[in-house]
Amino acid sequence: MATNLKTIKWKHFVNYIAVSVFTIIFAVMSLTGFLKSSDMYMLEKIAIAIILAVSLSMVVGFLGELSLGHAGFMCVGAYLGGKASLILEPIIGEGVLCLLISIIVGGLVAAIFGIIIGLPALRLRGDYLAIVTLAFGEIVRSVFMNSSDESFGGALGLNTPRYDKYTLFIFAFVLVLLCLAVVQNLIRSKHGRAITSIRDNEIAAKATGINVTKYKLLVFTISSFFAGVAGVLYSFSNYTVQSSKFNYNYSIEILVMVVLGGMGSINGAIISATLITFLDVQLQTILTGDLAVLQDLFYALILIILVIYNNAPSLKGFREKYNLNLLLTKFKKTHDPSHVHDDEAKWDRVPTKIQMDEVLSVDIQPQSSYTPDKSDKEEK
Amino acid sequence: MKFIETLLNGLSMGSTYAMIALGYTMVYGIAKMLNFAHGDIIMVGGYMIFITMSAIGNPILGLFAAVVFCLLLGVTIEKIAYKPLRGASPLAVLITAIGVSYLLQSTAQMIFGSAPKMVLIADLGNLNIGALKLPVYTLVTLGCSIVIMLALSLFVKYTKVGRAMIAVSEDKGAAQLMGINVNGIITLTFAIGSSLAAFAGFFMLLKSPSLTNTLGAMPGIKAFTAAVIGGIGSIPGAMLGGILIGVVEAISLTIPAIAAYTDAIEFLILIIILLVRPSGILGKKRREKV
Repeated sequence: MATNLKTIKWKHFVNYIAVSVFTIIFAVMSLTGFLKSSDMYMLEKIAIAIILAVSLSMVVGFLGELSLGHAGFMCVGAYLGGKASLILEPIIGEGVLCLLISIIVGGLVAAIFGIIIGLPALRLRGDYLAIVTLAFGEIVRSVFMNSSDESFGGALGLNTPRYDKYTLFIFAFVLVLLCLAVVQNLIRSKHGRAITSIRDNEIAAKATGINVTKYKLLVFTISSFFAGVAGVLYSFSNYTVQSSKFNYNYSIEILVMVVLGGMGSINGAIISATLITFLDVQLQTILTGDLAVLQDLFYALILIILVIYNNAPSLKGFREKYNLNLLLTKFKKTHDPSHVHDDEAKWDRVPTKIQMDEVLSVDIQPQSSYTPDKSDKEEK
Repeated sequence: MKFIETLLNGLSMGSTYAMIALGYTMVYGIAKMLNFAHGDIIMVGGYMIFITMSAIGNPILGLFAAVVFCLLLGVTIEKIAYKPLRGASPLAVLITAIGVSYLLQSTAQMIFGSAPKMVLIADLGNLNIGALKLPVYTLVTLGCSIVIMLALSLFVKYTKVGRAMIAVSEDKGAAQLMGINVNGIITLTFAIGSSLAAFAGFFMLLKSPSLTNTLGAMPGIKAFTAAVIGGIGSIPGAMLGGILIGVVEAISLTIPAIAAYTDAIEFLILIIILLVRPSGILGKKRREKV
């Protein structure tokens, strides 16, 4: 058992452990009455933001496509999940079962829309997915806005049933763990490597026999499923769903979380989603009226500066010189060459020179020279 | 009679879309990037017209100021935000372009506030021919845009610089070997596209005087749709796509049952075109090479 524990790659599980520990701490705090209801609301918002950021990070960071309709999928999930819970509430009562069923309904409907949108857009190379998802977000919003009052509440929005706020955020964080498990296991599997190979070079991936459209569609569908799940959580957390909330700016906010966390980094997405949501809530009281636009301005600058810094070919030398990872390695203990795993192909770290020095420093006597193909007969 | 009015209205709306789509399609053809901020340059042009109108009161001077400012803005954006990313992944360029679009929108909101500004350029009235009642602005828009588009087509086809643009869009490396200044051509493309956006802003304000910081967002997306429908990278394609989208919009707006879903219908056309003919109506199919 002890040896098994040593062979586990702990860094693969750091985020599960961190999220669970925080959840348990806050759950205990909420049950003992230390948590204000505004704090619980913020925790719900953070959980929703993490699910959105991690699921978008799958499309943007690992698949290399841009989706600008994440808020649209969330909108579909929020309305359909909210409607399902309204229908279910008189039958089975409010409770975990009602929540679970509406989350599955919201997620699945969002996933089906993901397939419908992804099928034409993902067959093509280039920026089509971005524009089609952006258009989709606008269509969804206008459809729900113009809906009749008895179906989805029209412009006033849909009122959804209340859910016990002392446990909703715990439930939301359990969903975060589920989302992390699905996304990380997909990314670290054989399929995940196929997905990242599509990002790095689509033509080369196609040439090695990877079904590019299938994988793109798979990732996009899973991502929209979780966006729908986040939408249902939103409807439970806010008691009301208004289509004006899920506009283009909201999609950009999720994109900022992904870019700030680092493209292709799930842990980064979690951290930046938490940070941005926390700041959002804190700044809401300070930045009011026309000052609120300062926040948007800041987001725009983050997007531009971070992307240029991380991707500009002319800044490559600078990036390699002043790298955060490089600075961190100075504080870490030195690399042990006997623990080079075979999937870590970092050839520049393998101490070839030391080995060669050792070989050269051995005294070789001319009589006992080693001949590799000495036959057995001569030894006898 | 009603049908002719609707058609002319659609043609004038479509020519505005075509003007924006030209900017998208030229930049896409030459710099191989989707310039998301293009729609917001329309909005900046609108605010420039607003400033000069309230200072001097002459709409033609306002249009001139808007064209010059947008031209400089387009070139500056290209130099600061897009040029460092030349050779980087398309996703990075796209996200930067979104950032620039967002930056322009929020800067405008910070300076001018979120309340809409009224920009009354000129009330041109209606032209009555028998039972036919035509708003004059549609005729002005249509006439001006036909002249501009004709001039642009002739410029690209017959001048040395225009032919250099075609060469860069065909093959950047080969064009450079032939002695074409590729960076200069890309800058010129942004300059032309941005000044066309300023013209589009003028026509849009001529139609309805309300000016907000999201003036260009939706027309920008629709014009991109038009560019894709016509075949992205093709100049006649952008004109055709723009006119098509404008006419569809005008017809759909007159039918009460589907008027609320006009935007949805246009995007549906985009999705259908992408399914049936991904290279657009006039676009050439290109094979990607490693």
